[in-house]
Amino acid sequence: MAAETADTPQHPPQDGIAAILKDAGIAALISLALALPLFGFRIVGFGSGRGLALEERWDWVVTAVLAVFAGRIALNLWLRRFRAVLAIGGRVGDGVGDKIGQAVAAAPRLGRILQAAKPAFRIAVAGALLAVALAWPAFPFVDRYLLDLGVIVLTYVMLGWGLNIVVGLAGLLDLGYVAFYAVGAYSYALLALHFDLGFWECLPLAGAFAAFFGIVLGFPVLRLRGDYLAIVTLGFGEIIRIILINWYPVTNGPNGISGIPRPSFFGLPFAADPPEGTVAFHQFFGLEYASTQRIAFLYYVILALALVTNLFTLRIRRLPVGRAWEALREDEIACRSLGINPRNTKLTAFAIGAMFAGFGGSFFATRQGFISPESFSFIESAIILAIVVLGGMGSQLGVVLAAVLLIGVTEFFRELEQFRMLAFGAGMVAIMVWRPRGLLAHRDPTIRLHARGEKA
Amino acid sequence: MTLLSISGVHTFYGRIEALRGVDLEIRPGEIVTLIGANGAGKSTLLMTVCGHPRAAKGSIRFDGGDITRLPTHAIIRRGIAHAPEGRRIFPRMTVLENLQMGATTGAPQQFDDDLARVFVIFPILQQRKDQRGGTLSGGEQQMLAIGRALMARPRLLLLDEPSLGLAPLVVKQIFSVIREINERQSMTVFLVEQNAYHALKLAHRGYVMVNGRITLHGTGAELLANSDVRAAYLEGGQ
Repeated sequence: MAAETADTPQHPPQDGIAAILKDAGIAALISLALALPLFGFRIVGFGSGRGLALEERWDWVVTAVLAVFAGRIALNLWLRRFRAVLAIGGRVGDGVGDKIGQAVAAAPRLGRILQAAKPAFRIAVAGALLAVALAWPAFPFVDRYLLDLGVIVLTYVMLGWGLNIVVGLAGLLDLGYVAFYAVGAYSYALLALHFDLGFWECLPLAGAFAAFFGIVLGFPVLRLRGDYLAIVTLGFGEIIRIILINWYPVTNGPNGISGIPRPSFFGLPFAADPPEGTVAFHQFFGLEYASTQRIAFLYYVILALALVTNLFTLRIRRLPVGRAWEALREDEIACRSLGINPRNTKLTAFAIGAMFAGFGGSFFATRQGFISPESFSFIESAIILAIVVLGGMGSQLGVVLAAVLLIGVTEFFRELEQFRMLAFGAGMVAIMVWRPRGLLAHRDPTIRLHARGEKA
Repeated sequence: MTLLSISGVHTFYGRIEALRGVDLEIRPGEIVTLIGANGAGKSTLLMTVCGHPRAAKGSIRFDGGDITRLPTHAIIRRGIAHAPEGRRIFPRMTVLENLQMGATTGAPQQFDDDLARVFVIFPILQQRKDQRGGTLSGGEQQMLAIGRALMARPRLLLLDEPSLGLAPLVVKQIFSVIREINERQSMTVFLVEQNAYHALKLAHRGYVMVNGRITLHGTGAELLANSDVRAAYLEGGQ
């Protein structure tokens, strides 16, 4: 360690070994406070009916604290060297540090480039993404796993676009969006099981139910704004989930609903051996049966639903109600003084946002074939909201990038099991550090002049 | 014939009585100003006309109809435009979008005409039309706020302290535009101002408000000459 200090004499004294030790000591203290309850005690059971006992694991605590202490010292030393390299690299012109710095800065730079670029460039990027999305199931390297991943990412893209209407355009912070997703999923499941309706008949009904719930939630919370609205919507999300758990006769409680019918391709089921008198998809088209056919079909269904959501949003932004949403986000008092009815405007935002969640929910139900209240916990709302916020509120392309980044990258680290949420968290922190207003904070104007000799 | 008549209006913020029985009249084609010190209740009166907050007692009639109990958006739709205190333009929207929001209550086919009319009054807004509202200077933002209010083709224009926080030269410019709108388009204007000298010079008639009551009224020239008004609002200023 003495050698380390000698190596980097250009650093001011406060970077010295004492400061590093002090810093590491503080970090160790904090980790001690955390590790005591988290690692220190563990409840062990003696099998059925024989009660529980408390196990103390001081060795775990000590290991954790020592690891943090050593890690912190190592981090500080590394940072210091890194900084030194950077400084030298900066002087020489092409140091290693420079390269690292460039690499680190590349990811946020992509967002900056996209944002500064002309609309035509963003349209080209969007077009390229759309082309990839359309061709995704046909790529040779796309196996069943990647196809499923595509379906999951697109589900989140669609939900992100739906929530973007409420949060990004209308500026209403909704922490309970998953409630409408749940309403859509249960609507489809119950309608399909009890009334024998198909996916395409249930889809609009599920959307309508979810929109209705959006209005039901909207009414009492109209007067609330910002933090207060967020808390109430959070509560609403929990209420729906708890109702789903406890309303046993209808929802089958925590056991969930299983045997939800799978969608068919315009009446042609996806099955290896279809029931008597029906023709399966692969038979009709004279193909070999493959389970990926159904997944590919689901993929295109969610892609279509997502695109409908996107086109709807792009269109409605140019209509009076969409403009009123954006104006309401900017300044509610000004809106009132311009003759906008804030109540109705907010209600339409809630209802339409909820409707798209309902569509997404029924898709989820038909894809899984099984739903339970567990799928609709707060973390889902949080992820969808994170996608909207990290994408840049109101930016449609931003939602896509954030969904791919957050869901795709988290999936990429699936091997890490429960620790993969760390990757999710790290992704969020990284975006917020480099792009505090979201990946794409740009907002396209909805009107330009090109009439009467005006040069647009 | 009066366009707006306010009689015996009381307004409360919780238990605090902000307006204590206000009577005021505005006739078509007039510029009427309301002057008074900070906290006298001037802005409250304008906001009460717009129904937010609502008058607890008294009545407000616009163009013969009672608007006392109407919700704000319904009042605005009857032909009152309100440029609120502090301009309150939409900062992330472009100048053009701001103006478009002003036309919310108007017929879509009038939009181009109204826009051209506003651009004649405020040529600077035409130059800045694709710029975001938040990037405009204070004076330009005030012009945008007035222009946005005009987009609704109002019969009565309520202006709440348009001179707030602006340089003297810009204030002059704004006031001459208000006169122009009044003379050319015979727009009725109700102007609430702290800048008593400019407001009284501009207005046909004026009211003075103290502690939620109207204490004086008369023509602009009369009030300018009044020794009480001079002592309270003009000394040291001009």
